[in-house]
Amino acid sequence: MSIAETATDAGNMHNPSSAAGSGGSGLGRRSFLGYVIGGTTLVAAAELAAPARSEAVIPSLPQVPELYDLEDLQTDAALPTSALISVTINSDGTASFAIPRAEVGQGITTSTAMILADELDLPVSKVKVTLAPARPELMFNQLTGGSNTTVSTYTPIRVAAAIARNALLDAAAIELGYAVARLRTYEGLVEAPDGTTIGYGELAQKAASPDTKQVEVALKEAKDRKVVGRPHNRDDALAAVTGQKDFSMDLDVKGALPTMVCRAPTLNGTPRRLKNRKKIKRMPGVKDVVKVDTGIAVRARTFGQCIDAIREMKVVWNKGSAEGESDQTILAGLRRAELPMVVPNVPILAEQIDADFAFAFRSSAALEPNCAIADVREDSAEIWAGLKVPILAQQNIAQAVGLRQDQVKVNVITSGGSFGHKLFSDAAIEAAKISQKMKKPVRLMWHRADEPRQGRLHPMCTSRVRATMLGNEVLSFEQRNTSVVTDFSHGLGEIITSTIDEAPTDVGKALGGLGFSETIFTLTQELPYNFGAVTQLLNETDDRFNTGSMRNIYSPDTAVASELVIDMMAKKMKMDPLEFRLKFIKDDRTRACLEKVAKEGNWGRRMPAHRAQGIAVHKEYKGATAVLVEIDTRPSTVNRKIRNAVTGPRVTKVVMAVDAGLVINPRGLEAQMQGGFMDGLALTLTSSCHLRNGKFLEASWDNYFYTRQWNVPRKIDVHIMDPGVDQPGGAGEAGVPASAAAVACAYARAVGKVPTAFPINHGEISFKPKTFVPPVPKSPTNGLKFTY
Amino acid sequence: MPKQTFILNGKPVTVNVNDDVRVLWVLRDLLGVTGPKYGCGINVCKACTSHINGKAFNPCSVKVGDLKKKDRVTTIEGLPDTVGKKLHPMQQAWIDRDVPQCGYCQPGQIMAAVATVKKVRREGRQLRESDLDEIRNICRCGTYARIREAVEEGARNMR
Repeated sequence: MSIAETATDAGNMHNPSSAAGSGGSGLGRRSFLGYVIGGTTLVAAAELAAPARSEAVIPSLPQVPELYDLEDLQTDAALPTSALISVTINSDGTASFAIPRAEVGQGITTSTAMILADELDLPVSKVKVTLAPARPELMFNQLTGGSNTTVSTYTPIRVAAAIARNALLDAAAIELGYAVARLRTYEGLVEAPDGTTIGYGELAQKAASPDTKQVEVALKEAKDRKVVGRPHNRDDALAAVTGQKDFSMDLDVKGALPTMVCRAPTLNGTPRRLKNRKKIKRMPGVKDVVKVDTGIAVRARTFGQCIDAIREMKVVWNKGSAEGESDQTILAGLRRAELPMVVPNVPILAEQIDADFAFAFRSSAALEPNCAIADVREDSAEIWAGLKVPILAQQNIAQAVGLRQDQVKVNVITSGGSFGHKLFSDAAIEAAKISQKMKKPVRLMWHRADEPRQGRLHPMCTSRVRATMLGNEVLSFEQRNTSVVTDFSHGLGEIITSTIDEAPTDVGKALGGLGFSETIFTLTQELPYNFGAVTQLLNETDDRFNTGSMRNIYSPDTAVASELVIDMMAKKMKMDPLEFRLKFIKDDRTRACLEKVAKEGNWGRRMPAHRAQGIAVHKEYKGATAVLVEIDTRPSTVNRKIRNAVTGPRVTKVVMAVDAGLVINPRGLEAQMQGGFMDGLALTLTSSCHLRNGKFLEASWDNYFYTRQWNVPRKIDVHIMDPGVDQPGGAGEAGVPASAAAVACAYARAVGKVPTAFPINHGEISFKPKTFVPPVPKSPTNGLKFTY
Repeated sequence: MPKQTFILNGKPVTVNVNDDVRVLWVLRDLLGVTGPKYGCGINVCKACTSHINGKAFNPCSVKVGDLKKKDRVTTIEGLPDTVGKKLHPMQQAWIDRDVPQCGYCQPGQIMAAVATVKKVRREGRQLRESDLDEIRNICRCGTYARIREAVEEGARNMR
């Protein structure tokens, strides 16, 4: 009897629940189709029908994201090719799975291993999750963004795992001489009623199918989960803490010598010529010098020698893309592009609040700077880089160096952070061009100074809100964001174009005719309050900047503006901010989060002068978040001195509640929420880029004030809600918007004045800008004076 | 080309390179020791934090020519050997607390934490919140809360 036939029987013959020892007939459980793939060891793959989506039940006019949001769009876009997700059982008893997503610190290799382990009945340590290289056949199903990984892959990978487990059971039935229904699986073993066991490793080849067969399978029920939903440490923690975790720049690729680029003093300036090429070529360690469209590239024995060479280069530059422009002129441009508010037809006694906020440019750069290894030959190329959209990178690289897409191999390497930055493949494309010109492999890394000055930024924007109230009711709430253009050329744009037509009819109508950015804005923004006529719109202008999303796209700015206005509305109605929110909040899940933080954070406790609490919510990513903070703005705190540091107000306590739907790994979710808070804190209080005369001034982590230990709250509690649903939500970005908003609300209450520009310290420049020519600072030599 | 000799993770090493090349690049680009990371090159982000003769330093800001033959450089790779175990208690605390997210800054964070604990002990006192506040190492994932917990746990287990 061939295994293939047995496997084909799997869906009908097995009662998967009895095989899992869980009892019950299995009737009414949804079954899924999948494949056992032909080969010498067991490989199972998943094919799915579109999952049922819950119907909207909110009687008032729902906003688009309530019916269909960015998560749905990405999940739908991923469906047609999910069949290609496959799990392999190896003869050493391990399972391996190459996830077509990027691990950038968010913990998806760990959570994916947990999901697989649960469905396979295998210890998590025996599940090896790696990152798939660019797989063009996956089309849209290889974009890591929008906190969508678990939302879109949760079911497909379980189906593949369940099929693998069934095939193992079938093989074991033959080996052990018992019917499948009498076998049980645990810890990577199949056990017969007589206590005999056989390991998955031994079964892997026996369970293999000579050819590919479609099978049907049911998934484990919630009550049978042993791994999902329980805290689990990261699979790469040991490697990370011993220095063994390899990032792109740590890979040993033969001949790929350190390479850096001398960049223009002004934003997006291009090189005309290098005047002292001979001198540079003679410098110690320097091997190659070429001109590319972004600057003058130098390849040397060490990165230090690249830096030295860049500092000696005399380059004639063409103009940049924002010559002469500054924060003020760009902001004035936004103001000119702002759409008029629709003055609502409201009763004469209605009260109105008009508020207007400006948000500065911010850098999404990770600690690992933009970097990539490229080896471009005449008829082939290979790339190693942290890439969240590797298929598009592959296409762009092929185009840039004149090769066919299939001649370019793109390896996805674990990244040292992303925050939106690695949606783009700027460094990989640049490295490929340089490698082609030098005819050698290159290890390209951006200097830190290049990141805020020439790298991707979250665009400057304004957010205006007009709310009208009559008595104790809110009649309307209009929000208008006007933003420097956000670049969506990383592929989400293509997903929208191809998917939006298939969205539910009402949604299709609502989105018809909108551009990428407006569509994404509409798909992500949802004000979770019953405020009568609610409209939230985006208008964009000015595409001269290098932009992208930044651990959320629009939500943190939108949430800061709307939650501050909500506090203003509460004040006008003489209501407590919590009481006001509870009165108007739309849905139970968001309400539950709000009530949780209010209780755990002791909302309303008496605070001394210059100190205050703030509370805010956000609803997105198939879930909700609430944050309560306490802030200290006493002069003694604000003016505390730490060398080269922006200290300022200090958040002293944070209480967060997150409803992320079905939680795979609570420990990972808690980490994402804590990290998300640190981002929200920086967005509101400290981190921004200053544009002056066509140049961004920041060039160092002591210029761009991302949260540091001296800003960190000493107490941060995360409460994970259980909404009792079987659908995972997003985690990576969920913590940021309500955090940024709660800090803003607390600050406004502590100082008795609502700020109108963020971050609050953007008005002053707290550092001496580093030189623009040369574009990178000299490495210090006095390090031994600072030992401790 | 000058010969540079120092002790790296317990063993003498010699590299042919000019005096002015910073130690970070000697470690990473010439010796293939990649635990110390680049995050700025100007002694700000602290991702390359390692130890010299048992104290924290940032190799991005020290010329290799300034190292003496007997100088003991310890990177994250050599930290466990300093206590003769598979993992230093600080590394174990990092694992127990599940600190890393992307992990890029964590070798530097751990080396800074060990040095901070040793420093306060030399000063004959306990670790204070203000000591944690002054750790300059950037974590762009924002793992700061767990770092604080782990430093305290690691300190309790350091002898």
